[in-house]
Amino acid sequence: MSIRLTILEQLKQIALEQKKSLAPLNDELPLLESGLDSLCFAILVARLEDVVGVDPFTTSEDAAFPSTVGEFIRFYEHAA
Amino acid sequence: MRPEHRSLREWLAAGEAGRVIRDATRVVALDDFAARSGLKAGAAPLIAGRNVMLAIEDQLTAAAALIELDGLARRIVVCPPGLDLASRAVIATNAGVETIVIDAETAADARTALYRLPLADAAPIDAPFIATEWALLTSGTSGPPKLAAHDLSTLTGVMAKAPPPNPAPRWATYYDIRRYGGMQILLRALTGGDSLTLTHASDPIETTLSRLNDSGVTHITGTPTHWRKVLMSGAARRIDPAYVRLSGEIVDDAVLNGLKSAYPRARIVHAYASTEAGVGFEVTDGEPGFPASLLDARGDGAVEMRIVDGSLHLRSRRTALRYIGGNSAPITTDDGFIDSGDMVERRGDRYFFTGRRGGVINVGGSKVHPEEVENVINAQPGVRISLVKARKNPITGAAVVADVVIQDGCADSDALRVRILDACRAGLAAYKVPMVIRFVPSLEMTPGGKLARLG
Repeated sequence: MSIRLTILEQLKQIALEQKKSLAPLNDELPLLESGLDSLCFAILVARLEDVVGVDPFTTSEDAAFPSTVGEFIRFYEHAA
Repeated sequence: MRPEHRSLREWLAAGEAGRVIRDATRVVALDDFAARSGLKAGAAPLIAGRNVMLAIEDQLTAAAALIELDGLARRIVVCPPGLDLASRAVIATNAGVETIVIDAETAADARTALYRLPLADAAPIDAPFIATEWALLTSGTSGPPKLAAHDLSTLTGVMAKAPPPNPAPRWATYYDIRRYGGMQILLRALTGGDSLTLTHASDPIETTLSRLNDSGVTHITGTPTHWRKVLMSGAARRIDPAYVRLSGEIVDDAVLNGLKSAYPRARIVHAYASTEAGVGFEVTDGEPGFPASLLDARGDGAVEMRIVDGSLHLRSRRTALRYIGGNSAPITTDDGFIDSGDMVERRGDRYFFTGRRGGVINVGGSKVHPEEVENVINAQPGVRISLVKARKNPITGAAVVADVVIQDGCADSDALRVRILDACRAGLAAYKVPMVIRFVPSLEMTPGGKLARLG
């Protein structure tokens, strides 16, 4: 599965588990408006580390934190 | 005048005029405390010289009440927001509380409220000055929370001598002022700062950032988790602070670099502090961990530090005086050091924090005891044993992860994973539920037959 699909699937799975109402996903959607909270993103990053094998927050040279869904996906695509 | 001989109201009278404390909707003018009060008329005998518990849920009201109680009450026991009634009762008993100060919003019967905003005209209370003892709840220990005793001197004890900032900082804090980190900022603002802006965890980040900017805030403080939220909000540049401070959790490169990039003109400082140890030190070089040279620091305001079995020990004029309560253990070692339980390791010329002794996990500022989670997991049929531990996480600092050994004959690990997660979600707060579950063939044991844990 591509990184993009993996991330989108995980977002839906975590929203379901945490009983959050997930906004319709598109690349321009700000993470803040996705319906997920910090804990959800922490879970997402922890699981992606196992599935994708990287944690770009730790390894990336890029100091800018992603703030939209599209930026988040590209953040992982660049690191993989 | 020594700080312990001056009440907060006297600090305010000696400070600049026109300062305020504000939250999202209200403003309290600090000048008003000279001739106005939020105390219920006739309440003075219940407060003066008494052991008082401050159990006001609203943060701004609690801040105003603290200003008025200091110098008047013998002891103020400061309840953090959301403290349950059972814990409150235990604490009140242990601390010899005589009066509980609640506000009209918290009281079942508004007539029992002893404090309210807005302030009203009031004659000054005629009572002798008392160097009030401040009792703060500690976190990070199992069982009922302990109370650490401070006074205004330990809480405001200066760091190494530095010229006072000019102009005075306009502080804002993401912490609650009833916990040590937030109280530091409240007291810095009252005793030498300009205005203070309070925030609430439930406020939307973007709105809060705009509000901080409108208030002309220059100095902002929060945990790494708070700051990561700001950086990921897409609204980080709504503020342009001169000073950014992080504490309360382990700081990593990602959040420091993110902050440097978002706020190029800001001084970015991370501080080590705890309720027991007080403010230990500040790291100003923009790197995670702290320079090993800090262990040799001496001089006025300096903290003395040593590493014992991997744990950081500290002693300074800011460390708590003692634990409150009949059978409390001494808070310090025989020679006055606090054993923080924060484990460090040296790499090159720096020390780095690796976690809590005993494996207590700090998820975005909330403490998780591994044993509590393991008990829930181990109760599931098909589980032989489990080990819950921390994994570094760029969003919440640490993530709770579980290694689980399956009983022989339990074939379906996917179904077991679902059962474990369901049980954890039903029985534990959301931040305690393992984010990742791994099935492993075995777990390492100590020679004594215990699970091998960090530290």
